[in-house]
Amino acid sequence: MKKNEEAMIQSMEEISQGVYSLWIETTLAREAKPGQFLMVYLKNPSKLLGRPISICDVDREKGLLRMVFRTIGEGTKELAAYQKGTKISVLGTLGNGYDPDWLKDKKVIVMGGGIGIPPMLLASKTIVKDNISDKTPEIVLGYANQDLFLKEEFDAYANVSIATMDGSVGTKGTVLDAMKEKNIQGDVIIACGPMPMLRAVKQYAAEHQMEAYISLEERMACGVGACLGCVCKTVKKDFHTHVNKTRICVEGPVFDAKEVEI
Amino acid sequence: MKTEVTIAGVTLKNPVMTASGTFGSGMEYSQLVDLNKLGAVVTKGVSSVPWPGNETPRIAEVYGGMLNAIGLQNPGIDVFIERDLPFLQRFDTKIIVNVCGKTVEEYLDVVEKLGDQPVDLLEINVSCPNVKEGALAFGQDAKVLENVTSQIKKISKKPVIMKLSPNVTNIKEMALAAEAGGADAVSLINTLIGMKIDINRRQFVLANKTGGFSGPAIKPVAVRMVYDVAHTVKIPVIGMGGIATAEDAIEFLLAGATAVSVGTMNFIDPQTTIKVAAGIEAYLEKNGFVDVKDIIGLV
Repeated sequence: MKKNEEAMIQSMEEISQGVYSLWIETTLAREAKPGQFLMVYLKNPSKLLGRPISICDVDREKGLLRMVFRTIGEGTKELAAYQKGTKISVLGTLGNGYDPDWLKDKKVIVMGGGIGIPPMLLASKTIVKDNISDKTPEIVLGYANQDLFLKEEFDAYANVSIATMDGSVGTKGTVLDAMKEKNIQGDVIIACGPMPMLRAVKQYAAEHQMEAYISLEERMACGVGACLGCVCKTVKKDFHTHVNKTRICVEGPVFDAKEVEI
Repeated sequence: MKTEVTIAGVTLKNPVMTASGTFGSGMEYSQLVDLNKLGAVVTKGVSSVPWPGNETPRIAEVYGGMLNAIGLQNPGIDVFIERDLPFLQRFDTKIIVNVCGKTVEEYLDVVEKLGDQPVDLLEINVSCPNVKEGALAFGQDAKVLENVTSQIKKISKKPVIMKLSPNVTNIKEMALAAEAGGADAVSLINTLIGMKIDINRRQFVLANKTGGFSGPAIKPVAVRMVYDVAHTVKIPVIGMGGIATAEDAIEFLLAGATAVSVGTMNFIDPQTTIKVAAGIEAYLEKNGFVDVKDIIGLV
């Protein structure tokens, strides 16, 4: 059930250069699934649109939900400046998220690149703690440099391989370079990250006859499928509009890599 | 307190509706908004066949508003009648279907198919700035507008609202043309044509280069145009453009609008329509009015 509500900020912490960890108190925490997102609204009426931010973690018992975001424009900078105790308007939980059935009893390779890393934390946690699969997942994270935000938290769930673009830690290059170098094998890939990474994952999965589920992003206005701002191209005609495009905010953001043209 | 208003013989329980393209077919917001509390739901534009719309990015944020260049992606009238209309019928609200087309024949096809459907009013989109052919071209030339209006009126079994573009030299002339063509009402404003440039990438933000500018920033333009039109034509005027609060909506009513639509703000706060409807009632009460009709065109 989608809801809009005022959520109290529990903490706002800069965990890396320009990367912030935000915990909010919200009833949405109870049903939040990995791969889903919230729309977060600013108080500044000149910046109207919600910021779609993925869910990084939840504490269902305490009703807390965590989002980790990068300050890119003025809007996210304003959000980062909000302090504990501030109430912010949020809408959620949005999108499909990772369906446990896709991962059931499979060896899952969890891949995150850049600011696509945060949603993979809840995904990793869910696979392990909710016993979605008894096979321990492999986690591969790609960073720009040695600033490995959230890495230690992933360590709690599975073996973590690192790729850095500058080669300062782990494999020099991308998450796929790390996967090849370490000969990481699995049944299914779930991935979130920049578009070139997702394209490479799609291609790798196709070449290796693997399943891959990738999380896409696009500029959004409503987040609930009304405005049709955030579509991606699809192989088949989509049920909503009967064209080869589908809404990332509703039918996604997580798609079977085979079904989207990116 | 009387909040009913009547447009072309159709009585709405209150003057608040949704602006086309900002509320899907109603389904998308039905978990978040009690549709029974709306005067009417105006659907996203429906064409004769499915339209794929424009390339992405389709959305850009601008100061106090947004640009969109969706390009009227929609499933076409057949799917709409089969799937979306039955859903909307479950609610106690009036149904206004927004109709779009690239040619007169396409408009006529959709209008004809809706003739025997449970639809209260049609709103004809001759003002979308984001499709290359048709649409806006029908709304920027008075003679063409009068002609398309009269052709639609000839075959329509439903009352017809012509949705006007603000991207014209003289809005009064366009409203008069719609009226002369037999329109039962006019609605305005559609979005203003805008552009945003990413100075770091030195590129247009929207794939379509231009987009329709909407949101609170456009309200003064919309209020002025609604005022001009309401004082020019005899048919009812539905006012919209940047309505975020009841106070905004009341400006439109005072300017002469019989009803109002909430657009972009549905995206920001899905409860906006409900708050606007309640706020209009509170305003009437506080200022000693017993009927919303008493403030329409009061200034």
